[in-house]
Amino acid sequence: MSPTPQEYNKMSQKAAPNSKLFRNMLVAFLIGGLICTIGQGVMEWMQSLGLEQKDCGAVTSISLIFLSALLTGLNCYDNIAKHAGAGTLVPITGFANAMVSPALEFKREGMILGVGAKMFSIAGPVILYGSAASVLYGLVLAIFG
Amino acid sequence: MAVKTGKYTYLLENTPSVLSFGSVGSKKESEGPLGQYFDVINPDSTFGESSWEKAESKMVQISVGQALSKGNFEADQIDMAFAGDLLNQCIGSVYGLRDLGIPFVGLYGACSTMAESLALSALFVDTAIAKKALAVTSSHFCSAERQFRFPLEYGGQRPPTAQWTVTGSGACVVGESGAAPYIRAVTIGCIEDLGIKDANNMGAAMAPAAAKTITRYLTDTHTRPEDYDMILTGDLGQVGSALLEQLLEQEKIHLQGRHQDCGLLIYDRQQQDVHAGGSGCGCAASVLCSFILPKIRKGTLGDVLFVATGALMSPTSSMQGESIPGIAHLVHLSSSRRRKGVE
Amino acid sequence: MELLISLGKAFLVGGAFCAVGQVFIDKTKLTPARILVGYVVLGVLLSALGLYQPIVDFAGAGATVPLTGFGHLLAIGVKEAVAQKGLLGALTGGLTASAAGITAAMVFGLLVALLFKPGDKS
Repeated sequence: MSPTPQEYNKMSQKAAPNSKLFRNMLVAFLIGGLICTIGQGVMEWMQSLGLEQKDCGAVTSISLIFLSALLTGLNCYDNIAKHAGAGTLVPITGFANAMVSPALEFKREGMILGVGAKMFSIAGPVILYGSAASVLYGLVLAIFG
Repeated sequence: MAVKTGKYTYLLENTPSVLSFGSVGSKKESEGPLGQYFDVINPDSTFGESSWEKAESKMVQISVGQALSKGNFEADQIDMAFAGDLLNQCIGSVYGLRDLGIPFVGLYGACSTMAESLALSALFVDTAIAKKALAVTSSHFCSAERQFRFPLEYGGQRPPTAQWTVTGSGACVVGESGAAPYIRAVTIGCIEDLGIKDANNMGAAMAPAAAKTITRYLTDTHTRPEDYDMILTGDLGQVGSALLEQLLEQEKIHLQGRHQDCGLLIYDRQQQDVHAGGSGCGCAASVLCSFILPKIRKGTLGDVLFVATGALMSPTSSMQGESIPGIAHLVHLSSSRRRKGVE
Repeated sequence: MELLISLGKAFLVGGAFCAVGQVFIDKTKLTPARILVGYVVLGVLLSALGLYQPIVDFAGAGATVPLTGFGHLLAIGVKEAVAQKGLLGALTGGLTASAAGITAAMVFGLLVALLFKPGDKS
């Protein structure tokens, strides 16, 4: 008698080893926290140079994105991310890695459909749905606000 | 001549031989427990090529070259090549065999392809349609990763059930009965699907197919696991292996320590960060051609059931939310022409 | 001392955003892309409800660097643009405010693709 799909689903869940959630959360917390601390450091520095608040934020993002792009190019980012998980996924560096890594990986498929198109294969949805949500918010504001 | 016994199994009465075989791997494979058994190890996983796909084709050329030269064969002595890999339209095999001028049958059975190609080679030779047939499969971690998952530089985290695609290839030349290893029987598997959808848990998706094929073979041949020295599945990994044994227990079939899995043999799971084990067409192929066949040739292993398993999904079917169908083909390899105690 | 406190706040809050993300990775079948989309949309939503600005005021980069901060940036951009230009601002505000980040990622991506070689994983 072979098991039903439901029975087998239970069997396979039992057989699958669990992720070490607590340890993974701790590493994610530490690395993610560190990335944000670097960001805060850049921000404080820019403020001390007398930059406008908005521009400070922009420079912070650009610096972290640059750092992430560089580490991605040097094949380091994935090795950190293997341990850090969400710690390198959730900060803006994860967004940058999601754009840079396919651009680099698919350059053999050409500059247009390789680098150009694949760059948005993971990060594209983030830009799309972020923008769509903001437009929706804008519409609500424009109509009711 | 091959005769069908039961519903799914063919007995090969002329017992074709695996005349020669070759294997190739890269750095991670060389660091595993089987590293010393490979014919060729190139620590540079690009194999000097400009793309991962070309590197995979290069591995096909190397393993085929090894198999041919070790048997002193020329490519034009081979009547038929059965080959496959994981890449779209099997380009690993196609570009690897392009220049050899051997009649080519491209196969797709995912990670089960080595058993599939070996079974077909044996059937062709046993029925005298071919004098010599070539079975070869390959996989490359990088080419598989970028096709099925993420770009290599992408920072993702693999769940503990995920398996690591082997960078390797194995090739066998099958010919008329000569020396061991002999191919005594083959069972062609059916597509089995128990609804697993997680592409990061392929061992679970494939285990039912392996259990079905093993059960069918044992039923068809009226044999028991005790009649074999090893039941070697391909790429079930740690999760799939545990599930296979549970599924067979339900059928009252007890493997009793005879079960080994190529995905568990090839890497050291404690040291090598491969999670549930190895996978890919090149896993079963390279383990078979580096570690198992020499032992059968020497006689240190007598009868081996080689059951390579495949997960027959594509990125498209995964994205559309389809479950993952599994398949398993079985090849009975033996160090003797006749079963012990018979005749 | 003030600097240390602000760095510490960024560390704690930013780390907390990431630790929550880890729960989604380990306990759900959500792909990374889905988690990122979720964070951005959540950021827009929280900002629209006026809940995100207080976190930014408290933690600085600890709230702006995680992708919810990207959503927050889109939302405040839209809010300002709508105040200035009305309905048109709903379409222009988001990307205008986030132009620096997106353009930087695109251009650095292009540069990295040109300058570096894809490598194997170990």
